[in-house]
Amino acid sequence: MTEAAGKRPEFRNINAFKDLPTYRWPAAAIVSGMHRFSGVVMFLLLPLVLWLFDKSISSEISFSRFRNAFNNGAGGVVLKLVVLVLIWAYLTHFFAGLRHVWSDVSHAAVTKQRGATTAKFSLAASLVLTVLLGAKLFGLY
Amino acid sequence: MAVNYGSRRTVVGAHYGIRDWLAQRVTAVLMAVFTLVVLAQLLLTRGEIGYDKWAGIFAPQAMKMLTFATIVGLVYHVWVGMREVLMDYVKPVGVRLVLQILVIVWLVGCAGWAIQVLWRV
Repeated sequence: MTEAAGKRPEFRNINAFKDLPTYRWPAAAIVSGMHRFSGVVMFLLLPLVLWLFDKSISSEISFSRFRNAFNNGAGGVVLKLVVLVLIWAYLTHFFAGLRHVWSDVSHAAVTKQRGATTAKFSLAASLVLTVLLGAKLFGLY
Repeated sequence: MAVNYGSRRTVVGAHYGIRDWLAQRVTAVLMAVFTLVVLAQLLLTRGEIGYDKWAGIFAPQAMKMLTFATIVGLVYHVWVGMREVLMDYVKPVGVRLVLQILVIVWLVGCAGWAIQVLWRV
């Protein structure tokens, strides 16, 4: 029997703040991480989504309350910022999900090059649309 | 037919995750279709979108059916995702079970709220 060539290092309990930044983060990894993160964000914002749906659709009176909530000084700005986070999360999740479904049905989409291209595209598309819709939300155009 | 329950239940094997995996895709496509249908109606109208136009989108019975199916699909989709996240990060089985139960109860409650709102229009 040969002697054990030293104990193999075992990595457990990685520290998210210390260890994760040392990882390599290619575009596909960022998309994957953001896909999960945006999903959890939307889960947490679900009460807000339902509140928005409820107020906007129940009656004329609730609709004007819905509208006023966005134009209510500092509170309105906070609401707009939270809704902007929601918009970002939705778009990120949407494009990352489309990319996922596409790679499920196409062998060509799962090559290393195409994976990197589609990852960059989904990141860019979700960020550009977030900026555009955010500008609309804050009344810049 | 082979018995697959009671003491003869097969507790190992492949395709235990395939139902959730497939459901995740199907519900995702359903939600994407719903998004496009709502978006198309918002973009194809002229003038300001007030209460009448917004509520009018959800008034037809066909749209109610699509929205209802989307709400159910959304809940299933969120459940699969949250289950995955909890399995990855919450290791103590007891805590994880409690959190998973809370997620299910919460999602079913939210679906009820959404459906109630939908039928107000």
